[in-house]
Amino acid sequence: MNATLSRRQFLKSSAVVGGGLALEFSTAGTALAQFGMKDSPLEVTHWIVIKPDDTVVIRIARSEIGQGSATGLAQLVVEELGCDWNKVTTEFASPNEHIRRKRIWGSMSTGGSAGIRTSQDYLRKSGAQAREMLVSAAATDWNVPASECTVANGVITHGALKKHTTFGKIAAKAAKLDPPKEPKLKDAKDWTVIGKSARRIEVADKVTGKPIYGVDVRLPNMLIASIVQCPVFLGKVKSVDSAEAEKMRGVKGIVKQDDFVAVVADNWWRANQAAKALKIEWDGGKYANASDDTIRAMFKEGLEAKDLPAARKIGDTDAALASAAKVVEAEYESPYLNHAPMEPMTSTAWFKDDGTLEVWVSTQNGEASIAATAEAAGPAYPLEKCEVHKTQVGGGFGRRGAPQDYVKQSVLIAKQFQGKPVKLIWSREEDMQHGFYRPASMVRMKAGLDADGKIVAMKSTIACPSILALLRPEGIDKGIDFTAVRTFSDATYTIPNQQVDYAMRNGHVPVGFWRAPGLQNSFYRECFIDECAVAAGKDPLEYRLAMLKDGDRNKAVLQAAAKAANWGSPLPQGVYRGIAQSDGFGSYTAMVAEVSVDPQGALKVHRIVFAIDSGYVVNPDMCRAQAEGNAIFNLGALYEAHHVKDGRIVESNFHDFPLPRMVEMPKVETVLVPTGGFWGGHGEPGALNVVPAVLNAVYAATGKRVRSLPLKDGKIA
Amino acid sequence: MKLNVNGRVQDVDVEPEMPLLWVLRDALGMEGTKYGCGIAACGACTVHVNGEAVRSCVTPVGSVAGKKVTTIEGLAPAGKMHKVQQAWIENSVPQCGYCQSGMIMAAAALLAKKPKPTDADIDEGVTNLCRCGTYARVKKAIHAAAGDKVDNAMPATEAPNGQKLA
Repeated sequence: MNATLSRRQFLKSSAVVGGGLALEFSTAGTALAQFGMKDSPLEVTHWIVIKPDDTVVIRIARSEIGQGSATGLAQLVVEELGCDWNKVTTEFASPNEHIRRKRIWGSMSTGGSAGIRTSQDYLRKSGAQAREMLVSAAATDWNVPASECTVANGVITHGALKKHTTFGKIAAKAAKLDPPKEPKLKDAKDWTVIGKSARRIEVADKVTGKPIYGVDVRLPNMLIASIVQCPVFLGKVKSVDSAEAEKMRGVKGIVKQDDFVAVVADNWWRANQAAKALKIEWDGGKYANASDDTIRAMFKEGLEAKDLPAARKIGDTDAALASAAKVVEAEYESPYLNHAPMEPMTSTAWFKDDGTLEVWVSTQNGEASIAATAEAAGPAYPLEKCEVHKTQVGGGFGRRGAPQDYVKQSVLIAKQFQGKPVKLIWSREEDMQHGFYRPASMVRMKAGLDADGKIVAMKSTIACPSILALLRPEGIDKGIDFTAVRTFSDATYTIPNQQVDYAMRNGHVPVGFWRAPGLQNSFYRECFIDECAVAAGKDPLEYRLAMLKDGDRNKAVLQAAAKAANWGSPLPQGVYRGIAQSDGFGSYTAMVAEVSVDPQGALKVHRIVFAIDSGYVVNPDMCRAQAEGNAIFNLGALYEAHHVKDGRIVESNFHDFPLPRMVEMPKVETVLVPTGGFWGGHGEPGALNVVPAVLNAVYAATGKRVRSLPLKDGKIA
Repeated sequence: MKLNVNGRVQDVDVEPEMPLLWVLRDALGMEGTKYGCGIAACGACTVHVNGEAVRSCVTPVGSVAGKKVTTIEGLAPAGKMHKVQQAWIENSVPQCGYCQSGMIMAAAALLAKKPKPTDADIDEGVTNLCRCGTYARVKKAIHAAAGDKVDNAMPATEAPNGQKLA
């Protein structure tokens, strides 16, 4: 398959544009753009609205996809603002207003575990600015210097005059002041809100069934759509016979596009039943015969290819390998994986009679959604005529960020029902078979060991589809997609000769940012390092520690995990340990897994000890929740896989793409060891080491080295 | 047909084969019950029919005529919370929250049958899927709702950076 051609074709032939592209949309020259315009007299800063009843509304530019960032982001503001936490609410910043105010809220992207770490500076600053403005307004009223006033829980006090006022009472006056350019921020040691396990702000809505998600949107005269997309990626609709479907109860219309057909009805079940009754002939195009075999052959060819671009080159690896005392070599591979969030893809679009277009959507990037909306609607709907209402998101894991395919579809469908809102909900089958999958990949590693077993050279060749080529081509640097080579290209092991070659082999299956993009490389590298430790006859912990410099945070977290897990101490009979370490998404992590394998090869993971240095910690309990979630999410990756046959994804629902259940949940212990001075993420780092730590423990238990996932028949063979 | 949902009898004009899930969501506008798979594999659509947890995505509405349907909206009297919902909040269970209506309904049905469930009872009785991975907390919250002692506090520690974590 010609990689470049297939990518280009994909972009041209499908309704996909990444957030990265969308964000480049120029808004200069739009008549409405007025930098700094305030939407409310109570908007103290663009992040903070304070109402007369002392309610503090904190604007959230990122999305809440379950990771808890809405709460954590609010904590950052409140730490500096000094209001009463119990009076805090949040609202999503409007993407339309964001565009009109020249992207005043910064990035709306919710991915890369970056929500908190890349906005902490301006959010804390905004909280401090608002506090100083509120104090200044009160001090002016009282005719005293601001420095004589104190702030606690939303109350401003002048001790000597025995005067006090509340944020709510003074907010309108404070809002008229200019924000101070350099407000004074607290020292980390004085934090009282950052570092506390504040309860998730929206928790009550989530336990009482409030209609807060994209699928729950209900509007007057709303219609509901189900979609059928060409089962072969990049294929097209050849013909549709919708006669039977059109006669079915509740059906309002059929929408035919190049690569999908949608049925619009008064109820989703009716729409979906009618969608099943459509007789569609597809043109699978040139990929109609693609299969697991053709994809593996593509990767195999990549591993043999000459003159690959190097993602890392240190020393003379070939020479060092040639003179090594011992050479360890292995090939590893893993499959495509779906995000499979519990809420299927959904978006509601409404072409209103006044010429505007509104969309309600579960999205990981409100800005990408509004760009996709305008693009799909056509030139009559520039960005400023569009609005996107962000809802709570029923799981994202990367699926709802850069690819905005479902938003575009909903706009194209609603366009044919002018004046009426149309809610598109994908069936689970569509969701399973039309993902932007975690790339399948294949890697060959070769290590040269000296007489003491120390690694003196390591050569890694990675054949992997490029996520960036599909979703953010401008991010490719000299043929390298960093998400495909990470963990190899940035390893901190002190190996004097290293070469990392990248064979970009894309195929036709769309790939995307799956929680911790590139994490399969942690599986490959950390299991292979384990193989080297075995070849050297060394303890896998000691072996790694000896290759990490003092002062490397990876070393410290490895020690922290080992200590918390009592590495080396006796375990119950039949239970064995494995260890792994990787950094990523701004944090440094290590993990110890304790497993047993029964005589039939069934694996049981008993305990996972996870150590993470994220510099600072905003909400410890939510960090623990992310670690727990990452653990079970990735234990699933031992068993899940997508297969390709006749150009299409074989698996269609949870019966053949089985997510882990309660019974599989191990005990997860999170060891937070933030060392300060930087801000690391938590949404994804916990994902990195799960597979390698578990499979290294499996080796310890059985002597069997798993190099290919999923586990065959779900067993250790 | 007449449908008794949360103690209220309502007329609905739908095909008897329409799954209860879509009658609740699209005909009655009660959207706390969620669609996840449509094949009874994930449990996001769990409701009670005469007190039993059922997966409403594969339950034809015709089969529940004359029976009592309880959804997440009716689990507790208006303005109050069921002990399971309360335990869910106290143990910070939800992440994205999408599966949690179904989880809570499954947990409430389990507790109604087995007031003191063991871990194994919970593994067997609550087979719902959660992609965020809240399982450990689901289990803990069920124990808490059963009156078992659970430790849900983040231990107060001082981090290496001097931050006081709690």
